[in-house]
Amino acid sequence: MNNTSKNTKILSFLRSSSVPILFIIICAVCIPLSGLSANMLFNEITTRMGRNAFLILSLLIPIMAGMGLNFGMTLGAMAGEIALILVSDWQIVGIPGMVLAMILSVPFSILLGLFCGKILNMAKGREMITSYIISYFINGVYLLVVLYMMGSVIPIKHSTIKLPRGYGIRNTVSLLNMRQKLDNLIPLKLNIPGVGIVKIPVMTFIIIAILCLVIVWFRRTKLGQDMRAVGQDMEVARDAGINVERTRIISIVISTVLAGFGMIIYLQNMGNIATYSSHSQIGMFCIAALLVGGASVDKASIGNVFLGVILFHTMFIVAPKAGAAITGDSMIGEYFRVFVSYAVITIALVMYETQKRKAKSQEGAMLAAAQDEGEEEKDS
Amino acid sequence: MSSMNEPLLEMKNISKDFFGNSVLSDINLTLREGEVIGLVGENGAGKSTLMRILFGSTMIHETGGYGGQVILNGKEVHFSSPFDAIAAGIGMVHQEFSLIPGFTTTENILLNREPVKKNLVSDIFGDRLNTLNRAEMDKRASEAIRLMGVDIDKKMVISNMPVGHKQFTEIARELSKEQLRLLILDEPTAVLTEREAEALLASIRGMAERGIAIIFITHRLQEILSVCNRVVVMRDGVVVKDTPADQTDVQQITKWMVGREVAGKAETSVRSHEGAKDILSIEKLWVDMPGETVRNVNLTVKEGEILGIGGLAGQGKLGIPNGIMGLYQAGGRVVFEGKEIPLNAPRKCLDASFAFVSEDRRGVGLLLDESLEWNIAFPAMQIQNKYLKKYLGGLVKWRDEKAIREVTEKYIGELAIRCTSSKQKARELSGGNQQKVCLAKAFALNPRLLFVSEPTRGIDVGAKALVLEALRRFNRESGVTIVMVSSELEELRQSCDRIAIVSGGRIAGILPANASVEDLGELMLSQVK
Repeated sequence: MNNTSKNTKILSFLRSSSVPILFIIICAVCIPLSGLSANMLFNEITTRMGRNAFLILSLLIPIMAGMGLNFGMTLGAMAGEIALILVSDWQIVGIPGMVLAMILSVPFSILLGLFCGKILNMAKGREMITSYIISYFINGVYLLVVLYMMGSVIPIKHSTIKLPRGYGIRNTVSLLNMRQKLDNLIPLKLNIPGVGIVKIPVMTFIIIAILCLVIVWFRRTKLGQDMRAVGQDMEVARDAGINVERTRIISIVISTVLAGFGMIIYLQNMGNIATYSSHSQIGMFCIAALLVGGASVDKASIGNVFLGVILFHTMFIVAPKAGAAITGDSMIGEYFRVFVSYAVITIALVMYETQKRKAKSQEGAMLAAAQDEGEEEKDS
Repeated sequence: MSSMNEPLLEMKNISKDFFGNSVLSDINLTLREGEVIGLVGENGAGKSTLMRILFGSTMIHETGGYGGQVILNGKEVHFSSPFDAIAAGIGMVHQEFSLIPGFTTTENILLNREPVKKNLVSDIFGDRLNTLNRAEMDKRASEAIRLMGVDIDKKMVISNMPVGHKQFTEIARELSKEQLRLLILDEPTAVLTEREAEALLASIRGMAERGIAIIFITHRLQEILSVCNRVVVMRDGVVVKDTPADQTDVQQITKWMVGREVAGKAETSVRSHEGAKDILSIEKLWVDMPGETVRNVNLTVKEGEILGIGGLAGQGKLGIPNGIMGLYQAGGRVVFEGKEIPLNAPRKCLDASFAFVSEDRRGVGLLLDESLEWNIAFPAMQIQNKYLKKYLGGLVKWRDEKAIREVTEKYIGELAIRCTSSKQKARELSGGNQQKVCLAKAFALNPRLLFVSEPTRGIDVGAKALVLEALRRFNRESGVTIVMVSSELEELRQSCDRIAIVSGGRIAGILPANASVEDLGELMLSQVK
């Protein structure tokens, strides 16, 4: 009896973490095939951890408030980009430039977050697709601002970032003065035996750690408790006097503001802004990474974030090389990683749905079992 | 104690109507501190509406308020929302749980009333960033559980809890409110095991001793007799009896509950189908319909009869047709004319020429934004390829608009559906006329077996008679077997040949429709869970 319950526990653990397991297998197969050295792999993963973790963490709070995997963060990313473009035109460099960009991004993020939250309140239960479409819509507004208003309405001085026609921003804005300034603020190179020298972006990690602590703390606040209540049952929360709509909007605003900061950290690591494409896939990749880490639409933890970053980006690094090694064509690997990130989202969503169905049919099975039991009792 | 002279609550001449349909009239109710009254009545007798008025439900305001006075502690009160009622010291435990599934008992007891600690961030950004004071939360929850007198695990997560403990969590939540003076318990024992129910009754006595007044709504009359000071019986929106509990018994209360002035005037033409063959037999049916769970139902329907299924709300009568028709997950065996019908497959039922008029008229029954023509012809078109013109040997099928209009006009005439034309949208019709459209839709399928669920719910008296008459005629003239599910006993007695009573998810018994109201009422309460 005890043994079977143990078995079912293991089974249910395997079932619930099947996505991470699948990815561990993919990585285990691809790493040797890719021919990458351990040193390079470790360096790449630590870099990408610093680059992405903050952005992915920004997804956690809306999930807690029951708003699912939310593309609202894309809006925050755009706010961060606009702030960075302005700051780099003002020639404020290094850490002060980053801090100013972060401060500057906050009002944009809040405005966009309010807008997104309001609309998502009208589309309860369909937050994921709605926020995805909103991100396209706001992308249009972003283009209007960056392509037409910057330089004509909003003053842009430096021709290095302006398009030759006199208004609009170039395809790429260099952030050379800011490049990895945060990562290298506290230089540390670890010599791990068997791996070699690994560069650690200490300050970035510290900021990420602080954000994790803030999220843990936030869960214990009244607002955090309200969000958890709203996330689990809106009607019950409303009956208890919690302002459901407002709580949901706050969760989205927090997410967009954090995503704005996250985008600035991301771009300082990259060293340049791809003005028209940086933000376009960031939402998709962050959500995919979170799902790979074992999160579901209604449940995600900080652990999921880090496991997800490591697994998803390991695959990202090794898949093209492995693909090239197998087929001799590097395009295959490139295709593979894009394909996989969409596939992960699809699979995770389907699994979420089947698990819900399974839980439902279990209730029926219990009813049938109770009925049989009752009959046996009657017979005996 | 002066409070013994002055009642805690007085409800004077309360009346309420929904758009001209009177549901409560001239209700008078008084309640003293520490008094427990049992409120009983059939479904639709007006208990819930009365409690909603007392609890300040917004629904009451949205439908035009109520007449009469509610006097609490000698002062007239007007609650515009449940929050006002709670502030005034009224607590209510609803039939449906109002709990957050992933929270612990403690968190649920103190939901949105958590004690908090100030911190630096909350000083700047506002009180919502105060941190929860877990130690204080534990203390208050323990205190509430102690007051209740039933021990429950305060650290357990709700979703892992047996259903009885969820109920106790709700009661503890009300008790944790310091201002609580009056507690309304709406069928709290419906989900409890026998032992839990006893514990609850003991807890009610304890609360009453501490001066909390309690309104106890239940269908288990024995409980009322054992715990209440007074019994208030409601029927058809009026209080028919208000009597001390020790001067009455279960039989008497049952009689007051179901007895109508016109009682005994059942349909005179009750027919016996003893010799007829079994058209449908149901074996070991279970249905997982939330709030209407069906357990182990065995039932046979004779060809040509009208079989009524009655019972109190939440006992599972609605689950039977919904389960058979595949709208909710079900198991067991259903045999129709010697052939087994697979469950959980609505199409198979329809192919076997079943039809179903759902109790959820607007959700399941109608295409609200389509014309009457579409509504009436749609199922027949989908399932039986009726009203279609075929071209190219059946490869291309076009709607036969003319045939559709004809059949719609026919039913509009036959059922006296009040509408501007057969093109009017279903949404624009009144409830009664919508119900007639639902019937027409089912009739157009020419079924062999028709399930009708709550055919007269929410429609006025005139339409009621028409609907029942249409069903009877359909049965008599077309020889269609009908299974009719209804909460209204009187209506079943008027229309049916036999009545099966569902209680506690099971068939409690089957009686001929001319059986006495008392006998049927007793069956209704026999296995209430």
